[in-house]
Amino acid sequence: MTDTAKPGPNAARTARITAVTSGKGGVGKTFVAANLAAALARRGDRVLVLDADLGLANLDVVLNLYPKLTLHDVFTGRVPLDDAILPAPGGLSVLLAGSGMLEYSRMTPEMGGKLQEVIDKLRPRFDHVLLDTGAGISDVVLFTISLADEVLVVATPEPTSLADAYATVKVLAATQPSRPMHLLVNQTQRRGEGRTVRAQLQQVLDKFVNSTLATPLRLRLLGEVPQDAAVRDAVQRRLLLLEMLPGCEAAKAMLAVAAQFAGEAG
Amino acid sequence: MDHPLPPADLALPAGLRLESALALLRQAGQGEPGGDPGSADWLQTVIDRLVDLSSRDALTGLANRRNFELALGREVDRVARSGESALLLMVDIDHFKRVNDTYGHAAGDLVIQAVGQALLETVRPMDLVARIGGEEFAVVLPNCPSAFGPQVADRVRQRVARSPVMLPDLGAVAVTISVGGAFAPQWVRSSTAMWMERADRQLYRAKSEGRNRVCLEPSATPQVSAEEKGLLFAPSQWQDDE
Repeated sequence: MTDTAKPGPNAARTARITAVTSGKGGVGKTFVAANLAAALARRGDRVLVLDADLGLANLDVVLNLYPKLTLHDVFTGRVPLDDAILPAPGGLSVLLAGSGMLEYSRMTPEMGGKLQEVIDKLRPRFDHVLLDTGAGISDVVLFTISLADEVLVVATPEPTSLADAYATVKVLAATQPSRPMHLLVNQTQRRGEGRTVRAQLQQVLDKFVNSTLATPLRLRLLGEVPQDAAVRDAVQRRLLLLEMLPGCEAAKAMLAVAAQFAGEAG
Repeated sequence: MDHPLPPADLALPAGLRLESALALLRQAGQGEPGGDPGSADWLQTVIDRLVDLSSRDALTGLANRRNFELALGREVDRVARSGESALLLMVDIDHFKRVNDTYGHAAGDLVIQAVGQALLETVRPMDLVARIGGEEFAVVLPNCPSAFGPQVADRVRQRVARSPVMLPDLGAVAVTISVGGAFAPQWVRSSTAMWMERADRQLYRAKSEGRNRVCLEPSATPQVSAEEKGLLFAPSQWQDDE
């Protein structure tokens, strides 16, 4: 993707599009997307989360929604975009993928065009659009990320998550360079572990990836979210953590992440 | 074929007719279930044996196509969320029609049985080997890392190529297979039809490139070298400079 057609990040009334991705699945990507969105909405911003995990959508599960209309209906032309933008708990808007979207392991130009069109229409209407991508590095995930202005990588300190996050960052650095790349370390066991993880990843990037790039890639640590029993509880009860238990450690961490996120130009 | 009739005094619940079911089990060498005929345990055993019978291929005793599609469906759903690497191999006996035309159908059956046995003996107990068509087999290999795929598939091919099939009165016949394979897309929900189609495409490629060979769909997963992993997991001694 080229940046020529994109408005600057500070252009008036233009959403900042952020792809939330992870490499490995099951590290809390959708949890982070939903609660970051709620934290931003709480700051007074207009926020939309687009479930771009087209094959394994579960934003609806996390938010306890039973969508009648989904992105699938928009893609197939059955309904206009406006009808599929749904209000969700936490004062945010969502566009859900629904479960009708099997088989999107490969990107077709047609589907790419439609996703691009949807995002273009969302831009003037929101302050933040979070694209909750699928796990892994499939064509669909890479294409979805290419539509964003910046990337937020969610990882846990666990080795397989770290390795998959590194693989994702490496592929993005090679195929879609020069884009701000944030890191959120989820399920940390001790204070400061986020900084450790970031430095560890950065060290390997410096040695093996940055030598091949015109502009070296620097991961920006957005914050760390501690392991917290309340998170599991909220997920099981299908509630936003910020609504269920706003005072718990993980919720406070998400609010700090949102403040950091909002404070950056992108 | 002649089958002994089921005992006429079988005390079955009213209206229940099991003659054909029992005859089928006897034909398959399963015999009469033990226990009290008509009891819940006895009926359950009959049902279990019928289920087993209807999920196996009669000629080879391998999983049949129905069983295979069921297993493949479970695997598709599992790897979509677990991200585990799973491999599907499609196997076809090369020039099978020639075997049939030259040596007759009985010989053809022996070849099919021998290849099925060779497949079964070359894979792990957790892998599912199925006969899904005339001379076509499929193998589902859960938890098979992409780096092992070529080796695993070629071991199967070599085993068949190195084991001539003994035909009575005719002697040894050399048999080869072509193998096509594809990994389940990690973290992506797919369908059994799509997975089979991808593996089939590779089988077609193996055939058209000359047979007796393995073709696997190239893996899209980027390689993280051992050196990179070593540094990634090394005990940290650096200063965080952010």
